Amino acid sequence: MYEIISKRTLNPTVTMMDIYAPLVAKKAEPGQFIILRVDEEGERIPLTVAGYDRAAGTVKIIFQIVGATTMKLDRKNVGECLADFCGPLGRATETDGLGKVCIVGGGVGCAIALPVAQKLHSLGCEVHSVIGFRNKDLLILEDEFRACSARLDVMTDDGSYGRKGVVTEPLKEALEGGEKYDMVIAIGPLVMMKFVVATARPFGVPVTVSMNPIMIDGTGMCGGCRLTVGGSTKFACVDGPDFDGYEVDFDEAMERSRMYSDFEARAREEACNLFKKEVE
Amino acid sequence: MAIQPKKHEMPVQDAKVRARNFEEVALGYDEKTAVAEAQRCLNCKNRPCVSGCPVNIAIPEFISKVKTGEFEEAYKIISASSSLPAVCGRVCPQETQCESKCTLGIKFEPVGIGRLERFVADYHNGRSGEKAELPAPNGHKVAVIGSGPSGLTCAGDLAKKGYKVNVFEALHTAGGVLVYGIPEFRLPKSIVKQEVEALKSYGVEIDTNVVVGKTLTVDELFDMGFEAVFIGSGAGLPRFMGIPGESLKGVYSANEFLTRSNLMKAYKEGSDTPIMHAKHVVVVGGGNVAMDAARTALRLGAESVRIVYRRSMAELPARREEVEHAEEEGIVFDVLRNPVEIIGYHDPENKRDPKNGFVTGVKVIRCELGEPDEKGRRRPVEIPGSEYVIDADCVIMSIGTSPNPLIKNTTDGLEVNRRGGIVVEESTGKTSKEGVYAGGDAVTGAATVILAMGAGKTAAKAIDEYLRSR
Repeated sequence: MYEIISKRTLNPTVTMMDIYAPLVAKKAEPGQFIILRVDEEGERIPLTVAGYDRAAGTVKIIFQIVGATTMKLDRKNVGECLADFCGPLGRATETDGLGKVCIVGGGVGCAIALPVAQKLHSLGCEVHSVIGFRNKDLLILEDEFRACSARLDVMTDDGSYGRKGVVTEPLKEALEGGEKYDMVIAIGPLVMMKFVVATARPFGVPVTVSMNPIMIDGTGMCGGCRLTVGGSTKFACVDGPDFDGYEVDFDEAMERSRMYSDFEARAREEACNLFKKEVE
Repeated sequence: MAIQPKKHEMPVQDAKVRARNFEEVALGYDEKTAVAEAQRCLNCKNRPCVSGCPVNIAIPEFISKVKTGEFEEAYKIISASSSLPAVCGRVCPQETQCESKCTLGIKFEPVGIGRLERFVADYHNGRSGEKAELPAPNGHKVAVIGSGPSGLTCAGDLAKKGYKVNVFEALHTAGGVLVYGIPEFRLPKSIVKQEVEALKSYGVEIDTNVVVGKTLTVDELFDMGFEAVFIGSGAGLPRFMGIPGESLKGVYSANEFLTRSNLMKAYKEGSDTPIMHAKHVVVVGGGNVAMDAARTALRLGAESVRIVYRRSMAELPARREEVEHAEEEGIVFDVLRNPVEIIGYHDPENKRDPKNGFVTGVKVIRCELGEPDEKGRRRPVEIPGSEYVIDADCVIMSIGTSPNPLIKNTTDGLEVNRRGGIVVEESTGKTSKEGVYAGGDAVTGAATVILAMGAGKTAAKAIDEYLRSR
């Protein structure tokens, strides 16, 4: 069993946990993911590694409460255990030979972008970070990003904190101002990553994106996580989750991500009703 | 006494009823029928059935014990050769193996060996309270990767010889394809669990959630003190045809569809894992996996399920009984047809239409059989201009798999063939890497449960010889 060692609410919809999983902690690298099941009847969900402590044997996960399973996970407390915690899966983010990188994180995607930024920083790379949120209440990890970034832009859609606007604006300004990035690494909603690619394209800067399609086994067996990359079928679980942003068919990925939106909406409603009952 | 020319019928659930439930289709012989069927065995001298069995079960010997009602004795004889008798009795293609060689079969129907095997295993499992006799430990450790048919067989055989065996399983449940692939109505999961528990009683340890190639590597297993490693990691990534529309919503690989239903229990109401309850389903392919997917879709409530296969009924690679069961349940076989495109809904006026991107049909082309290919199977040849569209809201691709790259990519010195299958010496399962053996789908590509078990058995024997000779 995989014990919850610590739990912190980052904002009303985002929770951080450290899970005791020594075999995973020993190997995990930024960019990789894990698959967990909350309980014996639960579904398998993939979550990207948000950090790890090899000595303590723990792996950090940060998740947004969006569906029935993440709601169930959020109700677990320190000292309780998860039924399954498997990984690290997927390939680690390529960090070799990068001297200057712009990291673009959107929403809870910032949780995944942070360990990449930290690793690059520790390797001596100059990191510029742009992190964006809908509003001030949803802001997470600002201090952590500041600590590993030579430059940090915080954006909010409504201007309630930092600068008003979307993450592509500071990126565009930097590129127009002559910044020469070896790589732009974008992690966040599909539509954000699509626009980061569009922003970088005229400048010819390489863009790496982190894809998180629907997955079941996560080990290269079911094929549910397939994407079209460079015109051929790729599997995010074994070929990714990082891909060359210029090659990914984002429109198709966005379409596929909505396959179960009805089911999820129903599950959310049921779970919310359960919540209400518990409160009463 | 005259010999009954036909096998005793296997009692089954009524086709109309079972097409809407997930309970087991075949119900099994009772004691009286089993004894009567056993009496059909001629107990002939040359025992051709045994050579037809990939794990060489002493078939006439166990059948003699059934004749005399000594069912536990019969079980002992089977389990000396097979680690998973209740599984084999259900999923082996006996008609092309043991039963195809049966002497009685020359004139009449062969003895129902598979049905008798199943009866004996179920008899034992229903009564066993006996503790397995633990073999004396020999002090040697072996790691087995994957808890499917080949891994469990290899682990069982080695444990019975006194080895300490750890099985590393990537998923959260042991059983491999027996739990994620083969549906409940063909192989109840309680039976797989029972067989796995039986292995544990011999001291086999199963570590779930360990993906070898990621969590641990083969070389690390040696560092941990294992002296030999068996790779039985199974089939890998599903193949797709490369035709337009395969990324539409409603297109599944059979692996995904079956994993959702079987492993993740999406067939049960209230499951956390979603699955499409489609109305009109097309399954592409003609193997056992295609039959399983089609029959699962039917049980999930489909109004029509069609199998699209490019050759004719005679060439269907699936086990005959599965094809018959599928037909009885109302699955339509559109043979001599090949998909050329999957068609989806798209409203250019309304980008937010929730139907956008979902499957509406499959365009197929008719085929005829041409010259035989290198395997002797007649090649399907497309008939130009014969395309038409089958309406469907779900398409399940069941056209095979290609090997999983995780172990290959992280194990130096492990030779693989052009298709990515691990290269082994056939008589031993030995790979190009010292102390590493392999078998099952990881070597051969998609095959049957019993062939994988045979490979696990071969490797166990070779591993024992290798470790003794050191």
